[in-house]
Parts: sequence; structure tokens; C-alpha cells
Amino acid sequence: MLAVVAVACLPRIAGAETVLRIGMTAADIPRTLGQPDQGFEGNRFTGLTMYDALTMWDLSSADKPSVLLPGLATEWKVNDADKTKWTFKLRPGVSFHDGSPFNADAVVWNVEKVLKQDAPQFDPSQVGVTASRMPTLASARKIDDMTVELITKEPDSFLPINLTNLFIASPAKWQKLFDAAQGADAKAKSQGAWEAFARDASGTGPWKMSSFTPRERLELARNENYWDKARVPKVDKMLLLPMPEANARTAALLSGQVNWIEAPAPDALPEIKQRGFAIYSNEEPHIWPWQFSRIEGSPWNDIRVRKAANLCVDREGLKDGLLAGLMVPATGTFEPGHPWRGNPTFQIKYDKPAAQKLMQEAGFGPNKRLSVKIQTSASGSGQMLPLPMNEYLQQALAECYFDVQLDVIEWNTLFTNWRRGAKDPSANGANATNVTISTMDPFFALVRFLSSSMAPPVSNNWGFINDPKFDAMVTKARQTFDPTERDKALAELHAASVDDAVFLYVAHDVAPRAMSPKIKGFVQPKSWFVDFSPISMVP
Amino acid sequence: MPGSSPGMTKENSRPTTEGQSVLLYIARRIVYVIPIVISVALVCFMLVHITPGDPLVAILPADASQELANQLRVAYGFDRPLPVQFGLWLWKAVNGDLGNSIATGRPVLTEVMRAVGNTVTLAIAAAMIGFTLGLFFGLVAGYFRDSWVDKVATSIAIAGVSVPHYWLGMVLVIIFSVQLNWLPAVGAGPGGSGAWGWDWEHIRYLILPAITTSVIPMGIVTRTVRALTGDILSQDFVEALRAKGLRETNVFRHVIKNAAPTAMAVMGLQLGYMLGGSILIETVFSWPGSGLLLNSAIFQRDLPLLQGTILVLALFFVFLNLMVDIAQAAIDPRIKRG
Repeated sequence: MLAVVAVACLPRIAGAETVLRIGMTAADIPRTLGQPDQGFEGNRFTGLTMYDALTMWDLSSADKPSVLLPGLATEWKVNDADKTKWTFKLRPGVSFHDGSPFNADAVVWNVEKVLKQDAPQFDPSQVGVTASRMPTLASARKIDDMTVELITKEPDSFLPINLTNLFIASPAKWQKLFDAAQGADAKAKSQGAWEAFARDASGTGPWKMSSFTPRERLELARNENYWDKARVPKVDKMLLLPMPEANARTAALLSGQVNWIEAPAPDALPEIKQRGFAIYSNEEPHIWPWQFSRIEGSPWNDIRVRKAANLCVDREGLKDGLLAGLMVPATGTFEPGHPWRGNPTFQIKYDKPAAQKLMQEAGFGPNKRLSVKIQTSASGSGQMLPLPMNEYLQQALAECYFDVQLDVIEWNTLFTNWRRGAKDPSANGANATNVTISTMDPFFALVRFLSSSMAPPVSNNWGFINDPKFDAMVTKARQTFDPTERDKALAELHAASVDDAVFLYVAHDVAPRAMSPKIKGFVQPKSWFVDFSPISMVP
Repeated sequence: MPGSSPGMTKENSRPTTEGQSVLLYIARRIVYVIPIVISVALVCFMLVHITPGDPLVAILPADASQELANQLRVAYGFDRPLPVQFGLWLWKAVNGDLGNSIATGRPVLTEVMRAVGNTVTLAIAAAMIGFTLGLFFGLVAGYFRDSWVDKVATSIAIAGVSVPHYWLGMVLVIIFSVQLNWLPAVGAGPGGSGAWGWDWEHIRYLILPAITTSVIPMGIVTRTVRALTGDILSQDFVEALRAKGLRETNVFRHVIKNAAPTAMAVMGLQLGYMLGGSILIETVFSWPGSGLLLNSAIFQRDLPLLQGTILVLALFFVFLNLMVDIAQAAIDPRIKRG
């Protein structure tokens, strides 16, 4: 009897169709209408799969840095006479999943969906995650069917990088849904059309939406007609399942219900490996820092104190102990090999005697300890293990005469306070904050922290860094339009920021994921994103 | 026959008076619901708005500029005074519109009703398991009080109410999904809950979460029924029945009849709790019910979804209480007089 039940319970043997089943960490399917929510996990699963942008990231190598490539634009150039105007040549012969053609009208329409408030397709819910990631883009203009002009508020050489975040949705499909939508006015109809579009999406990406159950599953099918024949997916379907609980994801993998999970439960890694599953990880464009307050009276205004903190932390110990190998010790925002790394003269490493010496030079010692207060959260996206990691730092820095007080607040509150700055009462007297950072593009990695014009409430220069040297370097980088020279300028800016020890640089996340040995051809690049196209599955 | 007529009239008029009394009680009880509902709505609204943080965090990254944040705050109406926001939300809610989720843009009512439907599926399955086992263990323990059978049944009941159910869920997953590979670890069917059917392919997804959900009601029902059975068996009428020579099976029928009203009330209450959903169990099993929806709304800080879900669940409890009160009034005349 038991045997009969057991046989009945066994999973069905898969047919010829290959289906990649992925357990995501998200609690819901990221938005499918073109501009995903849920940070870069959203872009990874419902952005880059179903949609393309004008520019895209090279995700083909696990060793080399992920650099910018042409996407739906084949080439671009800034106007020599007016550096706020860019000409983008568009890729010919590309169609949306609904069969309508991709052209300049589609690009203008997609820019206006988030930037032009009186456009019928303007959708406030897509603005936040898009406009903030291309902060200087102002408008778009069609020049001819396959050429478009993009206009920025100020000269900005980062625009092609920012444009990786603008996914191009099908205007023709949306219009059809808009015409069919019910609503009291155009705004209500527009909202209805976007809601319908999210259920039946159409982009130009290598994957097409095949079925969607909100909050439960999104099934994507291979787009046979994808414009880049080398990136037509090898598996037939990809099934995305939200599984916010780490143990549930791990159980789903071990029981064969899924064959890929993001972020397995750390304590289950030995069993996962022992059962023959593969674990992948790689350095992500991410930094786990303490961002110092530089307002009047902050102890971090003394560069010797900032450098001492950086030298007093044994990052290898943190990696091998608490994080079970799942981090890369940080020696800056970018590590050697990255085009924006540069050559900092201040070497970030563990050197306790040097740290103690610097502290003594700054007037501190065993009998005169320095009190600092750090605002952090107990959890949060990208925060890794914020409390244990901060407690580790607390103990490490105690040996260099720091008394670290932790002010632990809820993640969303910490996030909100970040925009308010160190002078705001919400800082609660903290002179450093611990919010992890995506370092995909130069604005988010460097500019918003180093430029004095980015001080709150404008952006995230939480500590009010105000250094004319950084301002000049930011301007230079933003106004250098040759990509090689621009990268050189960014590398100088980064090196200067490390030499100034603007952060306590601690760790880079490594995005661990576990998958079945049946999955072949997977490459985990140094990116938040993954290319699912080359992945195949053996029976 | 003199005097019989008024007497008859009085007798005949009694049901009418009783009926009017019940109707009056029901009307009064429904009127009481109105301030309760408004209070519930106000508490739902205030609770989610007094928590610190930005209500737009679901769609506004922290790296967004203040200018953009202000623009969206106006677009979503969060720049208006709280009483105005509450009034607008309540007016829409009264008209059956709970707004749209900030994170997904989907109508909140659709999201909530789909989730509640999935929770009802889980609650019914759990109730069937929990109540059947609870009644069985309770009756057995009550009948064989202080014997080893009683001790075993009581131990099971205590374990049921004491073991953390999310922990039990994980253990069941490890045994039946990871080790034996008999049942799926997560989800609500091979095609999701939208394609739910009462066949084996779907029911196998329901087994582990239903067992996990059932343990607390099973323990509570066992303890209740055990106490009731023991109490009824010690009453004189049972001795009288036995003295009259009734067979034990007939005596047992009388015991069940006497225990039923209280046991039913307890089971009704437990069913109510289960219909409210469990954040922990639904998260452990990724079961797309109201608990998982709440979890998601909390972590995404999706205020319209959070408000709407809490309101619907709270109204559900208010409605259940109203039904229970009305049913009790219909059964027990003392209640409606009070």
C-alpha cells in the first residue's frame, strides 16, 4: 500500500520539453510591464528576459568586468556642438513579440512613458524605478524611422550606461489595450491598459510571456525570432516562482521541484553540495560600506580616523568565518581589473598596528576612546547579514580604540533616512550609515556620494561630502565623452575616493545561487544580471 | 370555553413576539456593526500610516531624488492631509474599490479575493483533518479517562498546541519532500492556484500545509471534547441510561449529542482563525493565501494592499461574529433578551 502511495506521489517524469524552473527570493513576481520593481532582481528576471534596452551589459564572462554593449541601438554619438544632444542609430529588423516593428517612434514613446506627464502612456508607477536611474535624460525626438535624438538636462557622458535601465515595451500592443480599456477618463484607461499589458506583455527580448499567475508563477517561452540569433534561448521554457523564504527555496531545490534557486540558505550549502548540486557565486557590483558623516563635529572628518577604521578590519576573517566564504573583501568600490578602479595609493588591508598608530596620531588611545554611532538595519535587500557583520566590525574596531554604538532601525526607515542626510533628526545622532550600494553605473557608484550638489535632499550624499576636488573630477568624468577617456576619468575619481577613505569599505556580495547538475552552460558574470539564453538542460 | 379565546390569542401571538424579538435583536446587532466597521477601517488606515518610512518605497528607490519623490507623492495623493486621505479611501472602499496596489498596479480587491480563496481551500482541508482527529482523540480520551489511551491522546493534543507550526512545517518538508520526495515542498499546484482542481495532482500540494495548519485546532478540539466527554459521562442521566439497560453505543450517541453544541462552537472559532490565514505557514509553503499576501505587502510596504487585506480580513471576522451572535440568539432565548 505504502509503495503504491509512494509511486503515485513521485513527480512526473519530464517530457521532451526543457523547462528551467527558478525559485526567486522575491515575494512576488517582479512587475512585467517593462520597468520591473524589486530592484535588480526584478530587472534580472522580468526586465532583461522579455525586454531589451538601447544599450545592454556584456554578461558572457565570469572573469572579465561586465561592460556596455550595443542593444537596440547599434551606435550612438554626442553632438559636438551641443553636448546635451545624443544621436542613437537603432537596430533594423527588430520586432516586438506582438509582431509590431521596433523603431524611433517606439523609443520616443518609451521615454515619454516615464518623463512626459501629459503623454497618454505616462505611468507614475514606472517613473520611480526608471527616472531615478537616468537622472539627466529630459526628452526624446525622432529624427527618422531608425534614428532618435535623446536630450539631457546637462552634458552627461553616463547616459548610454543609464539607458540600460529603460526597457522598450511595445507601443502598438499598449495602444490596442488602451483602446479596449474601460475607464472614466484617459488616465483611468491608461492605468487599465498598463494593467492589461502587465498580464500580456510584449517586448523585444529573448523570452516571451507565455502564462502569468500574479504572485505565483510566470512562465516565459523561447522567442525563436529574437534578433540576436546567438542569444536565442536553448531551453524551451523558463518558469519563475517567488519563494521569499530561504529554507523553502532550499527544500524546493533538494526535492526537485525547481532546478535553480537564488540565495540558498547558508547553513544548507554543505548538504546542497553533497547532493551534487552546483553552487555559483561571483563578485557583484555591490559594496557593503559605512558611509561617514562629514558634517561639522563628526569624528570622521579626520582622515586618520577614516583610514584607521579601514585598516582595523580583518575582512578575510569576516569572509571565512561569519559569511562562510560568501563575500569578496572590499579594497574600494571597484576591485582590481575593473575599468573604473584606477590606482589608489591608500591600500585597504588588515593592518592593526598601523590603524592603532593612526588613531594615536589623531589623539585617541586605550584611555581616550572614540565613540561613534552607526545607523543600520536588521535586514534588507543587499544588506547581507547587517547585524552580525556590524557586531563583527564593532569588535574589530574596539581594538583600535573605537567604541561603536549601533542604532538598529527598520530597513525601509533606514532607506528613507538615507535621503534625509546626517543633519536630519532622523539620523538620531549617528555619524555613519550602513546602506549597501549597487555600483553598476558611475552615478550610483560614485557621483551621488562624492558630488556636493548631491547632498540631501537632492540625492544620497548622506554625509554632506563637500570637496572641490571631487566636484571637479565628477564634472570632468561627466563631460568626457570618449568612452576610454571617460573610464579613465572615473578611475581617477575612484582612486581619489579610496585615497580619501570616504567609506569604510567592507565587502562585496557574491550573489550565491544553487542549481541542478542538469543545467549546463551557465555563466555567472560579475553583474547583478544573468544571461539565460546560453543555458541548456540535459535530460 | 370562556376565557379560552384570550388565552389562545396570547399563545398564538407568542411566536410572533418571539420572531419580532429576534428580528429586533438582529437589527440592533447589525446597527452595532456600523461603528465597529468604521473603527476597524480607521485603525487599519492609521496603523499602516503611523509606521515610519516612505509609503512610496515599493516604487521609489532610495537613490531617487527628492524632486522625483515629491512628484510621485503628489501623483499618488500622499501629499494630502491624512484625514482627507482616509475619507477618500473610505468612500472608495464603501463603493467596493480598495484602490490599486502601489507595487503591482493591480486592483487590491482582486488580489485579496484571490488570496482569501486560496486560504479558504487550505482552511477547509485543515479543518477536515484537525476536526476529525480532534473529535476522535477527544472522545477516546474522554471515554477512557486516566488510562494509557487518555495519556497518549492528551499528549498528542498538548503537542499539537505547543509545537510551533512553522517549525513542524519545515520538518514535514524535510521528511516528505526533501528526504522521501513524495510531496511537493511549496506552491499551490503544478499550474498555480489559478488552475486549481480537486484532483491528486493538486491535492498533493495541499497535504503538507493542511497538516501543519491542522495541528493547533486538532489539539484544541481534542482537549475540549475530552473535557466535555468526561463531564457528560459523570452526569446522572448517563447512569440512568445505563441503568435502563441501554447499550454502550446508544449511551455514546447521547454523549455526542450533549457535547456537540460546545464542540461546534469551538470548531467554528478555530475555523474562523484558519480562514484568517497564517503568515508563517503560508510563507513556509509559499501558499498564495491571505497570510502570504500580508507578508508580501508588509515587506514591500505596499500600503493600499496592506490596508485592503487587513480591512477585508477584519470585516470577515466582524461578519463571522455577527453570524455567531445571530445563531446563538436563535438557539438560546436568554441571549436575545439580554
